[in-house]
Amino acid sequence: MLKKLLTIAAAAATLAGTLPSTSYAAADDPIRVGFLTVKSGALAAGGKQMEDGLRLFLKERGNMIAGRKVELFVADSAGQPAITKTKAQELVEKNNVQVIIGPLAAFEALAVDDYIRKAQIPVISPSAAAEDLTQRKPNPWFVRAVGTSAQPTQPFGEYAARELKYKRIAIIGDDFSFGHESVAGFQRTFEENGGKVVQKLWSPLNVADYGTYIGQINPKVDAVFASFAGGNGIKFLKQYNEYGLKGKIPLITSMTTVDEGVLKSMGDEALDVVSSGWYAATIDNANNKRFVQGMNREYKEDPGYYAIGAYSAALILEQALKTVSGKIEDKTAFMAALRNVQLTNDPRGDIKLDALGNPIMNVYVRKVERKNGKLVNTIVKTYPAVSQFWNYSQRDFLASPVYSRDTPVANNLEK
Amino acid sequence: MTYWFIQSLNSLALGGVLFTLAAGFSLIFGLMRIANLSHGAYFMLGAYVGLSVIDRGYGFVAAVLAAGLAVGLAGAVIERVILRRLAGNSLGQVLATLGIAFVIADFSLWMWGGDPRPVAGPDFLQGAAQLFGLSFPLYRLAVLVFSIVLAIGLWLLLDKTRLGMMIRASVDDMQMARGVGIPSSTLFTIVFALGAALAGIGGVIAAPILSVYPGMDADMLPLALVVVILGGLGSLAGAFIGSFVIGFIYSFGQALFPDLAYIILFLPMVVILAVRPRGLFGRIAA
Repeated sequence: MLKKLLTIAAAAATLAGTLPSTSYAAADDPIRVGFLTVKSGALAAGGKQMEDGLRLFLKERGNMIAGRKVELFVADSAGQPAITKTKAQELVEKNNVQVIIGPLAAFEALAVDDYIRKAQIPVISPSAAAEDLTQRKPNPWFVRAVGTSAQPTQPFGEYAARELKYKRIAIIGDDFSFGHESVAGFQRTFEENGGKVVQKLWSPLNVADYGTYIGQINPKVDAVFASFAGGNGIKFLKQYNEYGLKGKIPLITSMTTVDEGVLKSMGDEALDVVSSGWYAATIDNANNKRFVQGMNREYKEDPGYYAIGAYSAALILEQALKTVSGKIEDKTAFMAALRNVQLTNDPRGDIKLDALGNPIMNVYVRKVERKNGKLVNTIVKTYPAVSQFWNYSQRDFLASPVYSRDTPVANNLEK
Repeated sequence: MTYWFIQSLNSLALGGVLFTLAAGFSLIFGLMRIANLSHGAYFMLGAYVGLSVIDRGYGFVAAVLAAGLAVGLAGAVIERVILRRLAGNSLGQVLATLGIAFVIADFSLWMWGGDPRPVAGPDFLQGAAQLFGLSFPLYRLAVLVFSIVLAIGLWLLLDKTRLGMMIRASVDDMQMARGVGIPSSTLFTIVFALGAALAGIGGVIAAPILSVYPGMDADMLPLALVVVILGGLGSLAGAFIGSFVIGFIYSFGQALFPDLAYIILFLPMVVILAVRPRGLFGRIAA
């Protein structure tokens, strides 16, 4: 019986596939937007926050962008590069989407890099921060709504040396490209401003327990800089406290370690942690207030890294579509518009895409505080209009090798 | 000095967590001769069940009991309804456990969401213990004590009770055990449920250290495999010693040879497989 049903279903599916598809488009057709996210597996939490951000945008706009209806196709990559590629193909070739917002992880973005060049499909990245995607290996069809891994940590290294007056720092981070790149940017500017990175520890992404790493931290440092993604920050901060280091050695971190998406699961152990990022739910402007209120109303949560990434990706799409009066079918014009987007309505503040498709935007130094019983990142300092190249010239920056685990070399490590 | 002391305590605490995971895995393998690939999923499911109980304000002890009960029951049902049908087909059974692991993982994601969730330990174990002027998280010491108590309890069960005798007899020689009238099929259900319950309890015990998150199952399963291969399949003593050996190798290996962090656990396993395939205390060749 089951077998029979399956056969019928398969036949029906084949038939449906042979029906003429409406790939031609007229101006009153909806704009077909593909959304490549993660709904299952270990990265699903971030995927859901991205979807929340995007859905809020569509709701605010009544599902219309630049006078045209939007049809959204959501695909789940499960956070696995091979599936990401298949799903991207499916979105383009089966659903005939005209633009893709996604994917989530940097390794997913790298997995579809070749395909989007070949298929010539505009992609707006709401999350993937790998440096070279907009640096040494730029893709003409790719723009980014978020920044590069090191974009917020480069100013932060300077801040730690000049304003926090730290001289010696120990670093611990996730042993994968985002950890490597964010740490490298911090280390570079911190050391150029007179600081010394005396220890670097890399913990595997799926490490069961940070106890063994925390036990290794050199006690003779002024502060620890930590860079974790996903839920690892929760584990690390909790154990940092349990081992009695909180209050003894100040902890400063990358954006994602105390992101609003994980901050809601943390307790007092997160208090006073200073970090830097391109967003904080506390940013004081009208656009952000509306955005945060919307997220609180619709999803009962403060937006963080993923939600703002997807929301801003949609703002970038909207701006580009307005420039071409909604004619997304003219791919060349649309892509040119996409690469020249300037936003004045982004919750993060004013945004301008640089020539390689990466935003120039404010970087905020934030500090975790408790307000009305809730942990929030309050803003301590704003670095305006920070580029992915920080204060370096683009040419020099691109001439040196990409940030990695051991680049730039740390010369002040102590045994 | 401080450093060695702290790392040693860390190793012991991690060994304790691993034992709650590996004991059930080893028992199930010993009796049923299948690598239960859903074991990591029971561990995670237990942690989530515990989390829900704690969230409702029933406290940590209740969470441990509830998780053991719920996951044990789930294990019994899975053995009766699914694995039983594949009796004699061990490859089929292993694949079935893998499928079950996926189902549990997706169920957990749907039920508890994708956000990693920290779990608070019991109030009386909060904070740090002062030992010889060093501070060490009190909860981790409690985990160590718990795992030793658990080991003694299991040893008594297996060595001193009639049920234990029947289990040991079946592990050593299934046909002969059947021949003298030991109800092996009931035994299968009991042991599978017990193994699952232990994993569920282990999940709650580990949760204040590891927190609970999607993917926890896949992170823990290889650890269970490594422990039982090292210690010897089907042997409780093997699981116990193996857990602590791995705890030490893991903690010190990552600290002393950071570049080998990814393979440090598997090196001893490879050596053991090459030199002594049945593991340190094993009764059955792996």
